Amino acid sequence: MKVKKKTVGLFIYLMLLLLPIYWMLNMSLRSNADILASFALYPKGITFMNYMKIFTDSSWYMGYVNSMIFVTINTIISLFVALPAAYAFSRYRFLGDKHMFFWLLTNRMAPTAVFALPFFQLYSTIGLLDTHIAVALAHCLFNVPLAVWILEGFMSGVPREIDETAFIDGYSFPRFFITIFIPLIRAGVGVTAFFCFMFSWVELLLARTLTVTNAKPIGAIMTRTISASGLDYGLLAAAGILTIIPGMMVIWFVRNYLAKGFAMGRV
Amino acid sequence: MEKWENNKAWFLVLPVFVIVAFSAIIPLMTVVNYSLQDIWGPGQSVFVGIEWFEEMLANKRLHDALWRQFLFSGLVLLIEMPLGILIALAMPKRGWGAAACLVTIAIPLLVPWNTIGTIWIIFTRPDIGLFGAAVNKFIAFDHTARPLDAWITLMLMEVWHWTPLVALLAYAGLRAIPEAYYQAAKIDGASDWATFWYIQLPKMRGVLTIAFLLRFMDSFLIYAEPFVLTGGGPGNSTTFLSIYLVKIALLQFDLGPGGAFSLIYFVIVISFSFIFYQALQRVGKGEQV
Repeated sequence: MKVKKKTVGLFIYLMLLLLPIYWMLNMSLRSNADILASFALYPKGITFMNYMKIFTDSSWYMGYVNSMIFVTINTIISLFVALPAAYAFSRYRFLGDKHMFFWLLTNRMAPTAVFALPFFQLYSTIGLLDTHIAVALAHCLFNVPLAVWILEGFMSGVPREIDETAFIDGYSFPRFFITIFIPLIRAGVGVTAFFCFMFSWVELLLARTLTVTNAKPIGAIMTRTISASGLDYGLLAAAGILTIIPGMMVIWFVRNYLAKGFAMGRV
Repeated sequence: MEKWENNKAWFLVLPVFVIVAFSAIIPLMTVVNYSLQDIWGPGQSVFVGIEWFEEMLANKRLHDALWRQFLFSGLVLLIEMPLGILIALAMPKRGWGAAACLVTIAIPLLVPWNTIGTIWIIFTRPDIGLFGAAVNKFIAFDHTARPLDAWITLMLMEVWHWTPLVALLAYAGLRAIPEAYYQAAKIDGASDWATFWYIQLPKMRGVLTIAFLLRFMDSFLIYAEPFVLTGGGPGNSTTFLSIYLVKIALLQFDLGPGGAFSLIYFVIVISFSFIFYQALQRVGKGEQV
């Protein structure tokens, strides 16, 4: 009986969670005039006009492409540098390790609002303004510390005997790390990639500040729907729905790593 | 676990250090630079020492925004942590149900922050919004007119947006507990509550620490969502620190006070995160015995 109650509660929560999303979907399938004219629980005459506009206008769909590019670069850089560092933090004691770890975390705590301006100056000085790599690098500020933090947790769950055995068997460090260790924590790598993707995908302030046209993210482009006649709710809703889809694809891809049990403790 | 002592491990940390230092130290020094000067044009500035800091620390509106911020973050943690754990406990352990739950729960996390504000404007507008229209059938509710309504809407949005993060992390922690622990608990005839308190909660300590700190930091630094939804209003009732900061630094372009403000802000976030971090570490140590 108890299990039943739990499931019902969960079901209600999921429904409530989807409600605002459903409402946005509803709006995206109606024209703006229709939205403002009448209140409707579901779209009466479905129109794909809003979506058509986004898919046929390059200034719209390039926003998605730009976002995808810098998010991917950021995720790769973050994982690449964070994996060895997380290993160092989980296995070794070294001079200033605790301070270093906390300093890394403090970078997540900086109010981006004011750091936006120095970032702009910095990247225009080195000539990277309005490139995907600039945004990817800027997002490393908060994603690399997070990646180190999460990965360190996973790595600490792997008994050190595994490392010792491998070294006794004559594995070199890089070979051990790539062929034995990383596969052991692949769930952790999947989860970390998801978080890097997520935080880079949703961040707007830095991405908007560092781009002009070539690398403009979709979030910044969406602000254009505020025209002279007010908000175009239909178009905004359609753009919003489309921003959710890449993320859903990523979570679908890593769902097994998340769900199958983080077998770390059982190795 | 006893760690190996080896200073060569620094080589493994070096890439992280370089990449983060590049994005952190140079901009931070620029902000420090702003905070010590009175700037009124390109190349035109005068050194003023700690004047801006004194001015900002005595600023009444900053104090108000700070208390508002503490109230907001406090409420966020109080609601989201227990709710997230409850959701994680209720989720199926395996099969397509687990996958479907994970994908659904993660949706709000993947919406760009300004879109979150937009979704909730559409959702809560009294004329076209489902929530706004439904509530207005019973009582007048308008988040653009009344501070309490604005706060309720903001909290709903925040809980909707971020509880999934706590739930996902807690779920990940739960999945890491070996089946043998549960079998042992069953043999001992432990109640559900005892299983939760003595097995699940201690085992989730690591991920819950991450969740707690992330939620504290991000709620304390919140900007885009309330900016889009309420713009800090009605009046100043939802003007949080970031919103006030952007007003000073980017809209009025007072770089000096803005720089001083953001450094004070930064120090507050770091101090609290440090205290929480230490406290949570200690709590865990007590339970491990």
